[in-house]
Amino acid sequence: MGSARAARLLELRFPARADQLCDVRDAVRECVTANGAGAECAGDIVMAVDEACQNIIRHGYAGEPEGGIELEIDRRGDDLVFSLRDFAPKIDPACVKPRELDDVRPGGLGTHFIRAVMDEAEFVETATERGNLFRMVKRVR
Amino acid sequence: MRHAVREDRDALVVTLEGDVDLENSPQAREVLLESVGRGRKVLVDLAGVTYIDSSGVASLVEALQAARKRGAGFALVCVGSAALRVLKLARLDKVFTIHETLADGLDART
Repeated sequence: MGSARAARLLELRFPARADQLCDVRDAVRECVTANGAGAECAGDIVMAVDEACQNIIRHGYAGEPEGGIELEIDRRGDDLVFSLRDFAPKIDPACVKPRELDDVRPGGLGTHFIRAVMDEAEFVETATERGNLFRMVKRVR
Repeated sequence: MRHAVREDRDALVVTLEGDVDLENSPQAREVLLESVGRGRKVLVDLAGVTYIDSSGVASLVEALQAARKRGAGFALVCVGSAALRVLKLARLDKVFTIHETLADGLDART
């Protein structure tokens, strides 16, 4: 995670269900606001985390309603690092791409939003047979 | 999320309040499509929307496309800064007709 020491700011584990996301958004907003994010930045971060959770719920766990999501927020210098871990089947990161916005249609916007507002967003290789780790970074100062 | 639908002059005003997110966007979609199906100009009042995500935006897009197919008017009114930011990120701020106030939307020809 780089040379700066990381400080753990938040750990959450919650079921991969849509009704959990309101509380997750509130917790993320409170955490990032207390750690240097201004109002618009906090809003962007909340949206990116929400969209990443949606992707896990809709695509990662599709048909598996009992799956869980683990969210960790760490501070590393001026960066806030967001790690989202799920236990769904491994996905091929090459298949997760933002779509062309010139094509006006519902759906497919979540990945675009994430990449538009976060400084880094990528899947991290893990040794486990199942599960995915998605990491996002936002510089707040 | 709460919603209300009322008639105002030649339009149906659909008011959405609260979070239009993955949990609530199916409800928003149903209300919006049902309103568009009634054949009148639809104004979607977003003043009370506290959060909207890609699934909420998708509901709006689907309703807009349904309205266009029917040749009916569809516009957003009272779009707050947070919702507008989401629409701009999706480059939909130029796709939707957006009025600053409900009165502007009611006065507009389409």
